[in-house]
Amino acid sequence: MALVFDIGIVSLLIAIGAWMIMARDTLVAVIIFVVYGLLMSIAWVRLSAVDVALTEAAIGSGITGMLLLSAAARLRQTEGAGARPSFPVCIAAGSLCALISAGLAGVVLLPADVAPTLAPLAVANLSDTGLENPVAGVLFAYRALDTLLEKVVLLLALLGVWSLGSDRAWGGAPALGAYVPPNDILVFFAQVLPPIGIVFAAYMTWTGASHPGGAFQGGTVLAVMWLLVMMAGVARAPPISSTKVRWLLVAGPALFLAVGFLGFVIAAGFLAYPVDYAKALIVLIEVALALSIGVTLALLAAGPPERTPQP
Amino acid sequence: MSSLLHAFTILAVSAGVVFFIAGTVGLVRFPDVPTRLHALTKADNVGLGLVVLGLLPYTGGLLGASKLVSVWLLTLLSGAIVTQLIARAVR
Repeated sequence: MALVFDIGIVSLLIAIGAWMIMARDTLVAVIIFVVYGLLMSIAWVRLSAVDVALTEAAIGSGITGMLLLSAAARLRQTEGAGARPSFPVCIAAGSLCALISAGLAGVVLLPADVAPTLAPLAVANLSDTGLENPVAGVLFAYRALDTLLEKVVLLLALLGVWSLGSDRAWGGAPALGAYVPPNDILVFFAQVLPPIGIVFAAYMTWTGASHPGGAFQGGTVLAVMWLLVMMAGVARAPPISSTKVRWLLVAGPALFLAVGFLGFVIAAGFLAYPVDYAKALIVLIEVALALSIGVTLALLAAGPPERTPQP
Repeated sequence: MSSLLHAFTILAVSAGVVFFIAGTVGLVRFPDVPTRLHALTKADNVGLGLVVLGLLPYTGGLLGASKLVSVWLLTLLSGAIVTQLIARAVR
């Protein structure tokens, strides 16, 4: 019975993947991509990777879907009018894609030799970190440097989005939810849902130490709640020159980095934690990261500044 | 007692699945957006509600049960509002 379900999920995934590639309209392709991400997260649950499933649903299909949707909406005006690429260009693009797919398939299907797994070692030493969720252990103890750099990359991405704004609007606010009437149903939604969402985000961040969840998933829920409030016009998007916003953006990575350097003094080295306080430090970092991730992702989706700053 | 619970679960979940199938058929067969939305909301609201109801005996306590019920309530809320937004967008 479980096998039938798995085969069903896999064939659906392949079919939806093919459909996404063949869709002519960008907006349609993006919507299929969101559906693909949700199905993918069910597949991750079937593989017992609940942390990955949560991330896939929240980031892979949620926030990425939203970013792609706004990109598709911006591309609307330029599409259709342009000439279609010539036949040789189509052939070249197609064969390059086929080559990459064949290479990937070769790597997956014909592994030279199975890589040694570090999972037993990781679980055996987990008690030193005070955490119970091995995924959190890998993210914040074994591979903390990767996690730190990931957050810095997010900030760089936000700088990239901001730099798309015009000179006139630099320092201004993204134009989000400017034209929503005050009695709109979206306003009601933006007043009812955020209290629930914020509690849920806090729960997800807190529970990440011992169960699936964590700063990234919690931060994404926060981001979506803030986006909803901005889109409904309940609270205006802040100008990007706001000092408060900028402090919130760097708070998580900065605290992470500070604890990392503190490791030289109180523990074995960079990004090392003293055994007695490991869990407390990691949870502290996670809380700060969740806030920063929430603000970063929400502003990423809000887009470049478009309103001229008020003096 | 447990076989009675099993029977209850099978009945409720099957009834829920019927609503999901009816909703899907409606989504595929109905002619325009408002009627399709009408079909979809039946699957979301009643179908999911019946599935949740059928699974309640297996949640192993009040906490698990309330989690399932809040999933249903949140789906009701977002379903109702998103349906309105879509309907307004196509009008």
